Amino acid sequence: MTIRDIVEKLDLKVYSGEKGLDKIVETAYCSDLLSDVMGNGDENQLWITLQTHKNAMAVAALKDMSGILLVNNHQPNADTLEASNDEDLPVLGSDKPAFELCGLIYQLMQKS
Amino acid sequence: METLKLKYSLKDGDFSNAGNASSNIKKNLKMLGINAAVIKKMVVSIYEAEVNMIAHANGGVIEVFIDEEKIKAILADVGPGIPDIDQAMKKGYTTASEEVRQMGFGAGMGLPNIKKNSDDLKIESVVGEGTTLTITSYYKS
Repeated sequence: MTIRDIVEKLDLKVYSGEKGLDKIVETAYCSDLLSDVMGNGDENQLWITLQTHKNAMAVAALKDMSGILLVNNHQPNADTLEASNDEDLPVLGSDKPAFELCGLIYQLMQKS
Repeated sequence: METLKLKYSLKDGDFSNAGNASSNIKKNLKMLGINAAVIKKMVVSIYEAEVNMIAHANGGVIEVFIDEEKIKAILADVGPGIPDIDQAMKKGYTTASEEVRQMGFGAGMGLPNIKKNSDDLKIESVVGEGTTLTITSYYKS
């Protein structure tokens, strides 16, 4: 499954990093603690979070994650968008809360 | 391989550039063809230490030495020092400010993450003078 597949199926917003939309997503990780993601996140994961600042992008890039999905209509900061475009690492968004998005993405992954 | 040396200076509270040193170190390790699993662990350790220096310790200097068998990172700050290292190593213990915690840092996971992801971790700290971390990863063991 790619970021693009998830965007299309769940009607997500794409804020930035469009060039990375064909990145593979093997699984997802949901957390708002950056150290937790540094310690337990992994490559090819979609990171589901409410963290909108540039440091989230640094963590996602260092961990070779596929993209970031912002929950509850949280809006990314301007420097986050810039870093996302530089790294080709998409920042997505939805007005749904984390629990619902995790459930929907889990279901998609079970089917694929 | 001769020893390759990388050096970075960090400014206190400069969160917008947090991760830049780690990212550059990662690129260099990749270029040297070092095993991906080793790079992953080293990057976690160095990023955590980089954030600690920015959040707690008035910034500092990161030096990385790479030779034919190991990667050694020395991270020296002139911050407040750690009065009780055993306590600081405990998962969940933090002295981070509310502002830092709202950013998703300061969960008391930094030093335990570094310990878990390094082959050897040495912490030298003097209260009022600063802290030096030496993180070593043996990539050819």
